[in-house]
Amino acid sequence: MQEVKRVSVREIIAERKSNKKLFGLFKLGRGKSVWEKAIAVGLFACSVFSVLVTLGIVITLFSETIDFFSRPEVNLWDFLTGTNWRPLSSNPSPENFGVRPLIRGTLMIAFISGAIALPIGLGSAIYLSEYASEKVRKVLKPALEVLAGIPTVVYGYFAISFITPLLQRILEDGLGIDVSFFNALSASVVVGVMIIPMVASISEDAMRAVPRSLREGAYALGATKFEVATKVVVPAALSGIIAAFILAISRAIGETMAVTIAAGATPRMTLNPLESMQTMTSFIVQVSFGDAPSGSINGQAIYAVGATLFMITFLMNIISDIVLHRFREVYE
Amino acid sequence: MIASAETNNSDFKENLGFRQKLGRFFDVLLLICTLVGLVVLAVLLVDVAFEGGSWIRPQLFTNYHSRFPEKAGMKSGIVGSLILIGLTGLFSFPIGVGAAIYLEEYAPKNWLTNFINININNLSGVPSIVYGMLGLTVFGRMFGLFGPDSWLVRVFNIPVTTGMQGGWQFNLFGIPGLAIQLPFGRSLVAGAMTMTLLILPVVIIASREAIRAVPPSIREAAYGLGATRWQTVSTQVLPVAVPGILTGMILALSRAVGETAPLLIMGAFTYVPFLPESIWDQFTTMPIQIYNWITLPQEDYRTHLAAAGIIVLLAVLLSLNTIAVYLRNRFQIKW
Repeated sequence: MQEVKRVSVREIIAERKSNKKLFGLFKLGRGKSVWEKAIAVGLFACSVFSVLVTLGIVITLFSETIDFFSRPEVNLWDFLTGTNWRPLSSNPSPENFGVRPLIRGTLMIAFISGAIALPIGLGSAIYLSEYASEKVRKVLKPALEVLAGIPTVVYGYFAISFITPLLQRILEDGLGIDVSFFNALSASVVVGVMIIPMVASISEDAMRAVPRSLREGAYALGATKFEVATKVVVPAALSGIIAAFILAISRAIGETMAVTIAAGATPRMTLNPLESMQTMTSFIVQVSFGDAPSGSINGQAIYAVGATLFMITFLMNIISDIVLHRFREVYE
Repeated sequence: MIASAETNNSDFKENLGFRQKLGRFFDVLLLICTLVGLVVLAVLLVDVAFEGGSWIRPQLFTNYHSRFPEKAGMKSGIVGSLILIGLTGLFSFPIGVGAAIYLEEYAPKNWLTNFINININNLSGVPSIVYGMLGLTVFGRMFGLFGPDSWLVRVFNIPVTTGMQGGWQFNLFGIPGLAIQLPFGRSLVAGAMTMTLLILPVVIIASREAIRAVPPSIREAAYGLGATRWQTVSTQVLPVAVPGILTGMILALSRAVGETAPLLIMGAFTYVPFLPESIWDQFTTMPIQIYNWITLPQEDYRTHLAAAGIIVLLAVLLSLNTIAVYLRNRFQIKW
């Protein structure tokens, strides 16, 4: 790698000469060859491409959604307030297209998985940032991040092959509570585990950004390590921690495969996490898996549901961004 | 000099013993929190190995899906996944690295740059299933522009065909290798392009970090010698940043290997009893094959074959990650 760093003056001059030969006929000033310009424009185009992707998402989702709502069988009001989601019924009518059961299923799984992941993730973050020695941290942090790298279909498998039977054994055999094979709790557990690394890693970054002097000040006043961590570091890093929480919940809302596999496909207005239910994402998979032709009412319904999902997660990401940047305590 | 500090002890209880005990309790609690994730990971791996270990057999790699679990394999899934990530890497590398170079080396500080940055951050938070819908509409169907009754087809009198692979097939310049099919349908190209959009934010963010790690003094030295901006970037910055960029690229691709939902939505097949012969062919991937097995009612598919498939998938991911770590450790320069 040493050769790379050594700049040979002669090389650069030679290159400039050859560049001049190539583009000399354009008679441009030093360093302003057409080639340079073209490259700058090309690179700019690459970064604008990402804006086009966002635009593509919005156009795709909303154009089909508008088509969906211009059908006589559905209307926006019933879609947002209705409590029955029966898109496959033989009689497509507004009362069969209420998205609330799907939203409820989605939020329930997000809520339970959050209840699992947020405390555990925050605990791990405090441990890694405040307690663990550099050696331990170097082992634990990548190990925790492996959890984030495991494909979601694997988590789905784990939910139905391990978590669900475990829940059934504990709750059904032990306590006599009915647990259906597809249930929201099992899905929530694996989604919770899946988002732990996200909570832990973003919160830890925020905590490590808290300057040492704050901690030392607290120690000098006689605080114990526990008090420094919970009363000084966590409040100082709060914006980062809350941003991590919101991002993790947003990830749980958009999670697809584990939920599709483990939570079932029964849209239901229930608050019982031991029943089968359906989320927005698993409805989209169900319809796509069943090969709904484009232009059919179900083929369009997935875009309406997708647009709803996109707006929810988009809002949460924006909020988390605002929390992270506007409310950050800046030190030094 | 200073007024004597008369401590008012009435509302301050030192209570050090209790506070330290609480601290020790908390210490243990935090360690448990950290270990929960790792224990679950260990249980998951043991569970998968236990259920699928004995089903790792040659048939898994040489056969296609079959009605008989003992004969079923995931050959088309493995090949499909490999071709798919190859194509995805090919598509996403230039765009992602280009965008990263622009944002790190060229971009002026203005509202547009700011907007692009915010946009990339937001894209990385969009659920993967949404990318599947985007891919389905833009690449898979191309908004129906090449359907039999689209205005485009009527105006330009394009000879479209109908049916499963309906659309417009033509051969660029008549060269055999350059056959093109519009829309892309459920082909490898459509899948790879969908995956490209999905991992693009990750590739851009990782490449930017690698480029940023090159110290400014290197650039200044090059500028000082009269190099232009592109000469500086291409001869000085990029060669040093390449290991970091490749590491990020491989990690992004390993995310693509494990993705299921976008490809399912985009229309990848669950049963493909042949290997793709061109990039316009239908395909399946490992995670989709695994998902398909999980949904089958028979115990052998649902539990054992699916677990065996997962072992293969995790092995591929592990080797990709090992390559990435190796690249980082072997070639990264500490400044």
